[in-house]
Amino acid sequence: MLCDNCKERDAIINLTQVEHDSKVTLHLCEQCAQLKGVETGGAVLKTPLGGFLTALGKGGALVPTPADGVRCASCGSTLRDFRDSGRLGCDQCYATFDAHLRDLLRRLHGSSQHVGERYDAPGDLEGAADPRSRLLELKAQLRRAVEGENFELAAELRDRIRVLE
Amino acid sequence: MDLTLLPDGGMRWLDASGPKSTIVLSTRIRLARNVRGIPFSQRAKDTDRKAVLDRVQEAAAASDHLSSAVAFHLDEMERPERQLLHERHLISKELAGLERESPPRPGAALLVQDQVGVMVNEEDHLRLHGMWSGFDLEDAYAAVESVDAELGTLIPFAFHPEFGYLTSCPTNAGTGLRASVLIHLPGLVLTKEINKVLQGLSQVGLTFRGLYGEGSEVVGNFFQLSNQTTLGKTEDELIDHLGKIVRQVVEYEEQARDVLLRTAPEEVEDKTWRAYGLLKHARRLTFEETMNLLSGVRLGVGLKLLPGPGVYTLNKLLIYTQLAHLAAMDDRSTGDRELPTVRAAFVRRLLEDEPNVEPR
Repeated sequence: MLCDNCKERDAIINLTQVEHDSKVTLHLCEQCAQLKGVETGGAVLKTPLGGFLTALGKGGALVPTPADGVRCASCGSTLRDFRDSGRLGCDQCYATFDAHLRDLLRRLHGSSQHVGERYDAPGDLEGAADPRSRLLELKAQLRRAVEGENFELAAELRDRIRVLE
Repeated sequence: MDLTLLPDGGMRWLDASGPKSTIVLSTRIRLARNVRGIPFSQRAKDTDRKAVLDRVQEAAAASDHLSSAVAFHLDEMERPERQLLHERHLISKELAGLERESPPRPGAALLVQDQVGVMVNEEDHLRLHGMWSGFDLEDAYAAVESVDAELGTLIPFAFHPEFGYLTSCPTNAGTGLRASVLIHLPGLVLTKEINKVLQGLSQVGLTFRGLYGEGSEVVGNFFQLSNQTTLGKTEDELIDHLGKIVRQVVEYEEQARDVLLRTAPEEVEDKTWRAYGLLKHARRLTFEETMNLLSGVRLGVGLKLLPGPGVYTLNKLLIYTQLAHLAAMDDRSTGDRELPTVRAAFVRRLLEDEPNVEPR
């Protein structure tokens, strides 16, 4: 298939964009794709996480997604900043980009659920926090642990919930 | 900067007192932590970096483990001094600012007490680390963990119920734990089994690096083996797993050495004595050549083909023959062309102090 833009070179990249509620797919060659600002595999591989990020795009072009424009409310970083540098801007980035990071963490570590040492920062130990919100938080953790098949953690969380209830 | 402020120069691990210390030089534990609510290094302004350092110093002063820590403010230190700390494995190349022209940004610091150090404003706000002699994951982890536990009550760390400790790079998230051993594998290199072993490591979730960790080359048959993943397993599981594999690698290395002794005893003996002879008599030595010769001597000592020098001396030579150490010792610049001569003289002097290394 020829490139939709230059109609000369072979199209190797399929760029899907959503415009006015309808899906448009463009077939582009590498040069035209770069002109349109699509990061191709070569550019992505420069960062330490390039390999993994490329894998997320199934080895082809990383299609800009609507999430690329989302900014972390706390530090102003975008997913694109993270792709370029391989580093996140602040602790809130983990909440802002949680769906993307969960996927990435699973690829990197085989799991996104921390099962190591639990940590309570000074000032928010169980007694100090509002027990009702603490309970809701623990229940959310329990749900995630079960989804992640971390039954050991789930059992520990269930016990902590029982104590609070 | 006065490095004599640090007992043992911050390198007690050199004394070769730990288990398996002829093959495993050292065990290192590192924990990555960030202060909640302050931007990570990538986004931190100078005021953020200073705020991190202030919090760490206040917490250290109020703690049991770091109350008499020696503090090095890297932005106020000259390049050769920063390089010295890097050569002692106390700070990373990044924190030492060795890859940039200008000095490190404000807030870059190292706190050290006993065998545990805290790098401040590295890739993460805090990198706690400890280095132990020989193969000793349990003691190294226990020491670093107790400093972490105490600091965690004084500084609110960034922690997420699902993702664990939050780090600047997601490769470190979760436990933030990197456990590594520095291991000497000349037997596996000489018997050409090393690639098989290294390939096997990646299949069991471990990784290897050179002498100075990430991005460094393998010289003198020294390999740093460490865990690749940090999330989804407990700290104990990660450490047990690394320990199990390292024990196996040590066993393979011992078997390879047996094979060498059985199949080519004279060649091995010749190789180690030549290495010793060159170190003892050369007039100019490059760092790389020194490392390779030290590897030959260390193998000979391990196999009892050479009656000495002691492993402590060999360890000291690894550190003190590096560029910044030689330059500081002889009051020269690190770019001095005469450093290979200074190096050879220093090696001769240290080896002459070793008694009773005579051919049998």
